[in-house]
Amino acid sequence: MIMQNEVWIITLCGIGLVTLVFVWVIGQSGKAPAPEQLQQTSNAIRRWWFLLLVVAGIGIAYATLRPYPIANQRSNAAAAQIVDAVGRQWSWQISPTRVKAGIPVEFDVTSADVNHGFAIYAPDDRIVTQTQAMPGYTNRLLYTFTEPGKYRVMCLEYCGLAHHNMVAEFEVVAAEKGDQP
Amino acid sequence: MSATELYPANEVLPRNERIVFNLYVISVLVVLVLMMLFGLTMRMAQGTWINVPPDLFYQLMTAHGAGMVGTVGLASSAVMWFFLRKYVRLSLAIFATNYVLFVLGALAILASVFIGKYAGAWTFLYPLPVHAMNVWSPHAAALFMLGYLLIGVGFLLFYLDAMLAMIRVYGNLGRALGLQWLFGGNIDPAHPKTVVASAMVAITNSIGTLAGAVVLVMCLVNIYFPAFTLNALLVKNLTYLFGHMFINASIYMGVIAVYELLPRYSGRPYAISRPFLWSWAASLVMVLIVYPHHLMMDYAMPQWMVIMGQIISYCAGLPVFTVTVYGALTNIYRSGMRWPTPAKLLILSMFGWAAGIVPAIIDGTITVNKVMHNTQWVPGHFHFYLLLGVLPMVLALMFHVIGSRAQEPDRATDKLGFPLYLVGGLVFVFAFLAAGHDSVPRRFAVHLPQWLLTDQVGSIGAILVIAGMLLLATRIVTGLLKAPVHADPAHAAG
Repeated sequence: MIMQNEVWIITLCGIGLVTLVFVWVIGQSGKAPAPEQLQQTSNAIRRWWFLLLVVAGIGIAYATLRPYPIANQRSNAAAAQIVDAVGRQWSWQISPTRVKAGIPVEFDVTSADVNHGFAIYAPDDRIVTQTQAMPGYTNRLLYTFTEPGKYRVMCLEYCGLAHHNMVAEFEVVAAEKGDQP
Repeated sequence: MSATELYPANEVLPRNERIVFNLYVISVLVVLVLMMLFGLTMRMAQGTWINVPPDLFYQLMTAHGAGMVGTVGLASSAVMWFFLRKYVRLSLAIFATNYVLFVLGALAILASVFIGKYAGAWTFLYPLPVHAMNVWSPHAAALFMLGYLLIGVGFLLFYLDAMLAMIRVYGNLGRALGLQWLFGGNIDPAHPKTVVASAMVAITNSIGTLAGAVVLVMCLVNIYFPAFTLNALLVKNLTYLFGHMFINASIYMGVIAVYELLPRYSGRPYAISRPFLWSWAASLVMVLIVYPHHLMMDYAMPQWMVIMGQIISYCAGLPVFTVTVYGALTNIYRSGMRWPTPAKLLILSMFGWAAGIVPAIIDGTITVNKVMHNTQWVPGHFHFYLLLGVLPMVLALMFHVIGSRAQEPDRATDKLGFPLYLVGGLVFVFAFLAAGHDSVPRRFAVHLPQWLLTDQVGSIGAILVIAGMLLLATRIVTGLLKAPVHADPAHAAG
């Protein structure tokens, strides 16, 4: 499942759960006063609720941070394919504009003027990955494309009046036999 | 005074206090409606229902961002002042000075945007203000920053006065926060939650405001002395420390209304507890160090800071889910709750805060941020907890105050205004979230044809919200301008 769909479903479930709890409590709010031990019951539920959230948080943090999802910025080992990307108001300079699927691509992203956002959109119009393009810094973005096709780069950091026009395109082609992943 | 007395005598506003409070409330409502109209204009332009040229679109975006954040801050500072003055002696002159500086700052920002054509967004990210491509002048950018500085000075004065007043009563800010009871001892049941929250906000937002002042002065120097160049990453860190802190302080000031008012409508005391003190102490630290979750896509950031951003984002949800919202729900559960408009707004605010931070926390995960950062997912979650969380807190206090003056049942306008606001708000924020799911970028003046549906649905939601807000705001303003029925504390109703 693509990441955006997973996020969407988890979010809807989370908000749905919050909504159900509120609706239930509001429905109960007009009823006769609860018995004396309400505070103790409430504290006991809170302890378990707190523990559940802590355990879930630790598990999710561990699962999403190992391996660390951002490429090592100080690595000297160059990827098999390297693309230089420079943002400037209001265009991208990308070289080369053709890469192979199935083999890691290293995007070295920087800016010649202001902050830009370097977001890669797949042919189905979904973002597959992104980084920022910041003056004075080069961000190293590693990504392995799985599907050939025309990909677009859009600027996702507001950079002035033609920000929305700052779009570039590159092509991902199928790997040939003998290409090393 | 009973803990659940609806209109306690010590909340009655004497003449001068009433004038300043009314100025705050009426100004806030007028600006909020104006900023909502700016927002609606942007959504309708994105949906191609109206034609707005990109230069005007980005000016509106800049004014909307700065205006909403500042106004929500001003509104929630009025909440903090209204309740904190019962426990410590606050200076009315400083509260009024904050208002005057805010108005001057807002005028500077509006002039910079609509006369000077400044459109560098509320974030004024270096070096965009000086890379205007001849659209705005350096002076327009400087005027915008000067406006921010004026507003910041006003807030800083307000917080310094609040801290001084709390130190006079409690000895130091640690005792105001209740730190002496974290590990044991008998908690004073009369220690006000308002004081705990106010101490936390005054400490943290003073630091945030100072960070903002530092970055603004650095940028101002750069505007007039370009040889003085800045490190873009350092500037971005300071900007988001300031921005994140400021908007979170608004939530923390606003929630004081829930602590104070909810028990009065439920009829059940809302006791202070050790988990409550722990949650505010922990939030004090977390709110200052969580801001790197805004910089996850800046790969040059130190790795430990980005990981901290993710983990603290998760931890920051704990006080909300297990203390404040949980406590509010426990307070109303089988309480024989009454549901006049303030009570509805208070519970809506708890729902908006709790539900809104679900997509926010998820976006604080680095892996998720790689596909959601700077899409419409972001305005989706922050509108959720601002529009349906913080604003209802502020509106609840306003309705409570006019209720104390009018002593009359809810009018038909309240009954219509609330559902319009709620339904419109939900449609509006879910349109943003759905667009974020579809990878629609935020801050684009022109949208692709495949993105228009969510823009148009969002516009309908915005129209409903504004209609609801107009009804609620009209009722509040007319209620405020009525003569108070409890001018004499001896006649305050219980």
